[in-house]
Amino acid sequence: MSKTTLTRRGVLKSGAIAGAGVALPTIFTASSAAAYMNEPTGSSVTLGFNVPQTGPYADEGADELRAYELAVEHLNGGGDGGMMNTFSSKALKGNGILGKKVEYVTGDTQTKSDAARASARSMIEKDDAVMITGGSSSGVAIAVQGLCQEAGVIFMAGLTHSNDTTGKDKKANGFRHFFNAYMSGAALAPVLEQLYGSDRKAYHLTADYTWGWTQEESIVAATEALGWETVNTVLTPLAATDFSSYIAPVLNSGADVLVLNHYGGNMVNSLTNAVQFGLKEKTVNGKNFEIVVPLYSRLMARGAGENVKGILGSTNWHWSLQDEGSKAFVRSFGEKYGFPPSQAAHTCYVQTLLYADAAERAGTFNPCGIVEALEGFEFDGMGNGPTLYRGEDHQCFKDVLVVRGKENPESEFDLLEVVEVTPAAQVTYPADHPMFDGGELGECNPGS
Amino acid sequence: MDAIILQILNGLDKGSAYALIALGLTLIFGTLGVVNFAHGALFMIGAFCAVTLSRILNFSFETIDPGKTDFLGNPATVETAYLEHWFGPEVGGAIIDWSVPLAILFSIPVMLVVGFVMERGLIKHFYKREHADQILVTFGLAIVLQEIIKYFYGANPIPTPAPDAFRGSLDFGVLLGFDPNAIIYPYWRLVYFLFAAVIIGAVFAFLRFTTFGMVVRAGMADRETVGLLGINIDKRFTIMFGIAAAVAGMAGVMYAPINSPNYHMGMDFLVLSFVVVVVGGMGSLPGAVLAGFLLGILESFASMNEVKSILPGIDQIIIYLVAIIILLTRPRGLMGRKGVMEG
Repeated sequence: MSKTTLTRRGVLKSGAIAGAGVALPTIFTASSAAAYMNEPTGSSVTLGFNVPQTGPYADEGADELRAYELAVEHLNGGGDGGMMNTFSSKALKGNGILGKKVEYVTGDTQTKSDAARASARSMIEKDDAVMITGGSSSGVAIAVQGLCQEAGVIFMAGLTHSNDTTGKDKKANGFRHFFNAYMSGAALAPVLEQLYGSDRKAYHLTADYTWGWTQEESIVAATEALGWETVNTVLTPLAATDFSSYIAPVLNSGADVLVLNHYGGNMVNSLTNAVQFGLKEKTVNGKNFEIVVPLYSRLMARGAGENVKGILGSTNWHWSLQDEGSKAFVRSFGEKYGFPPSQAAHTCYVQTLLYADAAERAGTFNPCGIVEALEGFEFDGMGNGPTLYRGEDHQCFKDVLVVRGKENPESEFDLLEVVEVTPAAQVTYPADHPMFDGGELGECNPGS
Repeated sequence: MDAIILQILNGLDKGSAYALIALGLTLIFGTLGVVNFAHGALFMIGAFCAVTLSRILNFSFETIDPGKTDFLGNPATVETAYLEHWFGPEVGGAIIDWSVPLAILFSIPVMLVVGFVMERGLIKHFYKREHADQILVTFGLAIVLQEIIKYFYGANPIPTPAPDAFRGSLDFGVLLGFDPNAIIYPYWRLVYFLFAAVIIGAVFAFLRFTTFGMVVRAGMADRETVGLLGINIDKRFTIMFGIAAAVAGMAGVMYAPINSPNYHMGMDFLVLSFVVVVVGGMGSLPGAVLAGFLLGILESFASMNEVKSILPGIDQIIIYLVAIIILLTRPRGLMGRKGVMEG
């Protein structure tokens, strides 16, 4: 006869394990009646806007949220329609998406991967969001993209510039409209050669995380192809605020170009420190010392004030563009909010319209239908010229802007001037390019 | 050699900020016995005093310029600062240009009031509580203060430049006989170092040579006995809290042109400053200053490429590494007193 001993601890342990076991299969599982995750059954469809509402990128997140609200308004037939009027696809009718009114919920990424995943998970599980979009960091984008793949919903990335988002970390359910670090290098290189020549010595300061690494790799490759020499590449802590001890060695390194692979507060502080140390006025190797900020953001450039004057960089979009799509978006956004939109706002607005258009063309919200509709989709009228959503990696290929800090700005928004619009062909790379190697797109996941 | 001198200058500069914040922290801990995690927020509020005064001095009126258009194609508005309108572009412009130094005067009363309200309104209720309670409540206060600043000023850094006269940099190398451009150092950072030295000297002189300072020092050594002599030591300690707040605030004002103020800057300095206080010795004012400069210089040297090539990542851990070594060999810190936070 066997003897069974029951202890309180044993019961609790078994209960916890059994509870987790029961709960596990219900996580990210569509209801048995649904064909896919969060299939809308009522008269509305819910989108999840996951943006930084707190933390260092909160202002950028606020601009993204404004753009999303504007997109929802336009999709539901409100306002002047914005880019829906200039979009080459005419599937959107201003009556929501597939006749369902568009509603939205918001989450706060805090620019932290774990917080972003938690808010995305909450929007998927509790609010039945059928698509997640937004963000201002590559680390967050990659984390949320992975979650959406697992959950079986579409992820339309916001501002993410790391090669990895559509490189080694690409996912079938994820799509990026924003440009990437490789494209920045490819767009900047000819302008750098034209303005600064092919005999230069570059010193890189790089933020020590995924985006910084891929940005440095891209710019080094692009400039070395011109004949530039890379004198040194130095990783700086993401939490660094004072870059003086990293700038000081540049002075006597023999370099005549400083490349700041920094974004946000890092960029503001490192550029400010570099200018304080007189680098812009310095002459090295018989040439004027130059500073390059490969990824520019107007919102961030404001923080650096006059220090951005004359500094070259690249950007995904700028409100001063004169194509019909950009003008329509700037008009809608400007009249609603009183100031021009940022590039983060632009990419988020466009992503929302692209998702809605894909659903209309596919005739379903099923993620696999959306994926099929977006893969290889060519469009125009969204502010970046003719654009392709490439099927192999879900990356948009379009023109890239090379910009420079304006010497005599006429307003607080007039900080950057477009130096060159680099055609899409010049920034296009093969899907198996070594910088994007290592990951598998996989199969779309409808979540059921 | 020139690289070493440059990093020493950098270290002194960083150390100035650490020392000023740590000095205030130590003053509060030494007098009130409170571990004030909101002290970094006072530094941040000081920097935003510079931003605020700059905005006040830039108060403008708008006129329509029919020759220009805004981003929507409407006639553009041109802003003219009242100061420039009243006193002419030169005088008005000069006042605006000097907004950061002027903000020191602006920040002193503001920070005294902030310090007084903070101490009387919240912190005094925690004097007799555990240090853990004090840390929790002051850390919470710091988060509240930074969120308030973010609400009014946004999350992005706000450029707050130094006066034109102090922009650019000094060719320090030429003064020392090196080649031109070998050791370049920004004017404002030199100003910051001198300013820190003056403030630290003034605080020490105040405590050393005034009757008020003597009483405070006596109270720090033996609060009970001073109280038995009929001196209202609590009142003096409250004033010291205000002075410590003003020191942190002035440090923040002067730091604004070095790195554009943002709502998070206090937190960036807070942890490092606490390490400085602990390394210097809890409650020791000279220890805080010494440790501030020492750790600032070590941090700068650790950022040198030559050092990082031997010890990758050392720049990120050097301060904590030194803190561990010092606390293992001198548990009370460099100049700590017996009995402080012990037993």
